[in-house]
Amino acid sequence: MQQLFNFFIKNKTFVLFLLLFSIAISITVQSNEFHRSKFFNSSNQLTANVYGLSHGISQYFNLVKENQLLLEENSRLKSKQFNQEISTSIDSVLRQTYSLIPAQVYKNSYAQPNNYLTINKGLTDSIVEDFGVITSKGIVGIIDKSSTSYSRVLSILNTNSRVNVKLKKTNHFGTLTWDTKAPDVVQLKDIQDLVKLTKGDSIVTSGFSSTFPANIPVGTIKSFRLNDTKDLYIIEVKLYNDMTNLEHVYLIKNNDSNELETLKETNE
Amino acid sequence: MNNSVFLNMLRFFGLLLLQVLICSNINFLGYINPYIYLLFILVYPTLNNRLSFLFSSFLLGFMVDVFLDSGGAHAAASVLIAYIRPLFLKFSFGAAYEYQAIKFSNTDFTQRVVYFLSLIVIHHFVLFFLVIFNQNEMLLILKQTFYSSIFTLLLCLLFTSLFSKKQT
Repeated sequence: MQQLFNFFIKNKTFVLFLLLFSIAISITVQSNEFHRSKFFNSSNQLTANVYGLSHGISQYFNLVKENQLLLEENSRLKSKQFNQEISTSIDSVLRQTYSLIPAQVYKNSYAQPNNYLTINKGLTDSIVEDFGVITSKGIVGIIDKSSTSYSRVLSILNTNSRVNVKLKKTNHFGTLTWDTKAPDVVQLKDIQDLVKLTKGDSIVTSGFSSTFPANIPVGTIKSFRLNDTKDLYIIEVKLYNDMTNLEHVYLIKNNDSNELETLKETNE
Repeated sequence: MNNSVFLNMLRFFGLLLLQVLICSNINFLGYINPYIYLLFILVYPTLNNRLSFLFSSFLLGFMVDVFLDSGGAHAAASVLIAYIRPLFLKFSFGAAYEYQAIKFSNTDFTQRVVYFLSLIVIHHFVLFFLVIFNQNEMLLILKQTFYSSIFTLLLCLLFTSLFSKKQT
């Protein structure tokens, strides 16, 4: 026993190094698994506050661009409203399946293999895991973790991201993934080779999961090729969103998600 | 003594904020970022308690990790180079460093470059290996290590010469 202690005291630098190094490695391994890094992420109070401060300064540089985007969206919504008859169906007033909550992006990254965003809404705004995040142009990601007043978003530019999308024209659906190559191109997999594809076709969300409603724009087909086994397409999708410049986002809350979850559980 | 502790703390937080708020958002040519916080580990006083040095390096890497959502990659790489630093000190500056504290600003330029570069390359390789976490992407890891190392080295040399107190 004495010798053991002596050994430790003699090599205390090495022991400490091993200890710290293995802690760091284990955190890395954990964070590579989806939904694991519970505590150490940028949605905690300290880091988010720092990002908030820096965002308070830097947001002024983007005001013109943001105004432009909001104007575009406004005009689109206005034209929709004017072209629509006033008598929309009555149950849409009685029951709203999805509600939208606006939020601001405090931190954005897009150059790493696993990208996350930090936004300024959290548990106090009743934001929890699995809410969808979109902008006026298209989808951004899914809420991954929430603290009291901040949340972390798993961006679609993340190797762990899986979003169910479909072809707008034919309703064939597949999974959206990212190969880490470019921040404006994502990959759509699992589409049968029987489907006829053309460049420029629109991709939208499928609405199969409770996270995103159907028909939210994602992007257009940039190019496509068959996979190694020649039965499924790998489609390069050009995103509508500029993921490198995000400021205002909307969080989608599904008011039926509890109901859907219980339904799923009874199924299993 | 107190003065040097204060200076180190200032460096710690200054470099941390500089890293996460500015340097990690540069994305030169799409993905190349400098990791300027390494400067803390590179120029940490040589005559000092190694345990506290290891620990503060770990803490710095860990804080960067928390800000950048990269798990523990920065922490692991930082601890590693903090541990092997004496080896490279001896290699680049000769055995004399053990008996007197080195003033990095007063050392020979080539010696300084060799010392910085070797530690930076090791750090970046471990970092990108852990961040990308995929052996099949070895080429990408090496590419990123190469470009980011150049960027970091340039910035580190710039900073050390900017803040050196040379009596002329």
